[in-house]
Amino acid sequence: MTTSVRPYSASPEMVRRALEGKKISVVDLLVSTALLLALLSSLAVLLTLLIDVVSEGMPVLSTRLVDFVTSPLSARPESAGLVQGLMGSLVLVGFVIVVAFPLGVAAAIYLEEYAKDTPLNRLLVSNVRNLAGVPSIVYGLLGLAVFVKALSGVTNGRTLISGGLTLAVLVLPIIVITTSEALRAVPRGLREASFGVGATGWETIRHQVLPVSFPAILTGSVLAVARAFGESAPLLLAGAVLSNFFSAPAGTSFISQVAEQSYTALPIIIYNWARQPQEEFVALTAAGIVVLLVALLLVNAAAIIARDRFERKQVS
Amino acid sequence: MTTAVLPDLSGDRKRLRREARVRKGLALAALLTVAVSAAIVLSLAFEAINFLSQLAAKEGGIGSLLADGWFPRRDRFDLRTIVWHTLMVSLLAMAVATPLGLGAAMYLSEYARPRVRRVLKPILEVLAGVPSVVIGFFALRFITPELLVPVLPTTQLSNLLAAGIGVGILIVPLVASVAEDAMRAVPRSLREASYGLGAKKWHTSLRVVFPAAISGIAAALILGVSRAVGETMVVAIAAGATGGSLLTLNPLNGGQTMTGAMASLAIGSDQVAGSNVAFQSLFFVGLLLFVMTFLLNLASDRIVRRYRQRY
Repeated sequence: MTTSVRPYSASPEMVRRALEGKKISVVDLLVSTALLLALLSSLAVLLTLLIDVVSEGMPVLSTRLVDFVTSPLSARPESAGLVQGLMGSLVLVGFVIVVAFPLGVAAAIYLEEYAKDTPLNRLLVSNVRNLAGVPSIVYGLLGLAVFVKALSGVTNGRTLISGGLTLAVLVLPIIVITTSEALRAVPRGLREASFGVGATGWETIRHQVLPVSFPAILTGSVLAVARAFGESAPLLLAGAVLSNFFSAPAGTSFISQVAEQSYTALPIIIYNWARQPQEEFVALTAAGIVVLLVALLLVNAAAIIARDRFERKQVS
Repeated sequence: MTTAVLPDLSGDRKRLRREARVRKGLALAALLTVAVSAAIVLSLAFEAINFLSQLAAKEGGIGSLLADGWFPRRDRFDLRTIVWHTLMVSLLAMAVATPLGLGAAMYLSEYARPRVRRVLKPILEVLAGVPSVVIGFFALRFITPELLVPVLPTTQLSNLLAAGIGVGILIVPLVASVAEDAMRAVPRSLREASYGLGAKKWHTSLRVVFPAAISGIAAALILGVSRAVGETMVVAIAAGATGGSLLTLNPLNGGQTMTGAMASLAIGSDQVAGSNVAFQSLFFVGLLLFVMTFLLNLASDRIVRRYRQRY
């Protein structure tokens, strides 16, 4: 080995190679293979899961995909569909976007840009971190006690309003945390330059900090919304209907469907089908999961495309 | 962010008033998060106390918290049953997630070249994005019939072992990402010193980096336990026992965990009137769950903060 190794600039890898030469240690090989296998087993699980779900769902997906996605729930497996769940999930996600996104971003802006290092503000920050670790089913209890029961005058009990607000509260701390991280990544110099030319705090945030951090805020928030889309435990408690039910009659307005009618969601339907003992429901469940995963994939892909757009706009 | 602004440079009143209004609005949003915490604690505590007082008035009294088995419809609320099942599922989950999560973390942090890392890391991120109902279905329809029954023929259709493995799969990405952060935070000089003493790569990874990151790794594992304790859907689908369950020490049997008990009570809540004792036990179990995960998260947070100060 004649490579010149300058001290302090060589990477540990280079030093190791220079010292060891081309000898391969058996233990080294074993350890690195074992670690790689640990990582690849996650991939194996993922692939097995996808193959299992797609193959079990094939009978439904290949014969009546359109019918399956557009039909209402039914006790007869051969005609059951999940359109009510899809609509319910879309409205729930709408609630999360309308309620949790602005509130979460606003709270994060306050904590990162305005709050001084006082005990109260430190409490606010650690409170948000704790909220992010609360199990989702506990949010369901909150939704049941507060939105379904205590505020039933506003939400009409077990409606999409209750479910939507429950999910919004669940996602709020996650959005606060991801937005905080995005804001922290904005260089200080940008703010100081803005203050230097006389901008106020909000003007600096609105015109300098937010545009720079927006792609990161967007991706983080979309991940949070995707989580809400797949979440079922809190909805079980916050009043989503498990069993088959009749959709509101055709003439019912959208507002009344959201504010007065019972609701369900895509993951709730999957859960309900998964616990049915009849064999016919297995294919339905698997097909429902495929629809759920495809929907999640679309949401994430849309987020990535939107982020790229924003980043390109900034460069130009 | 604080700024010292001379009065004559501070611009016209309108801008300053607007600034104050915006600041107030943002502060309100931040305070709302405290309101959420308060609402959680208050609603849980209120209904849990309600449950206890109603239970005391019944013939079994508070003693039914230690009766035989968890059968809320029959006023038998044995906490030992559901707490023990929860611990069992969490232990099984950690038995899966610890080797897989830490192994993946160490490979990504110590072995993978940047390009390999960019390809392999998203696997964990995709796995983290799979909803837990999906893992529950996988545990019920694949892990039990295809993996467990051929090896352990006495496995029941719904069992705690499959639920534990499913929960383990679910928390691998969490454990891996927190542990990887801890290992990457170990200063390079430690590795260089190790190589300088002639240590091999595996020796450096396992005997130098691993101990140096041990507090972060411990935090990752505690966080994993906390997530496992609170995981609902996998247990509700794969562990079975919708009506209630007796205490079982055999993971091949079905049984209710704390979250599983809550889910099955919630399913029945369409029928059960809102003031029923069984219904209110939901909040008591919820409070217990909240306290357990809160303490675990707090412990994990403390450990992380301590190790951050060291480097």
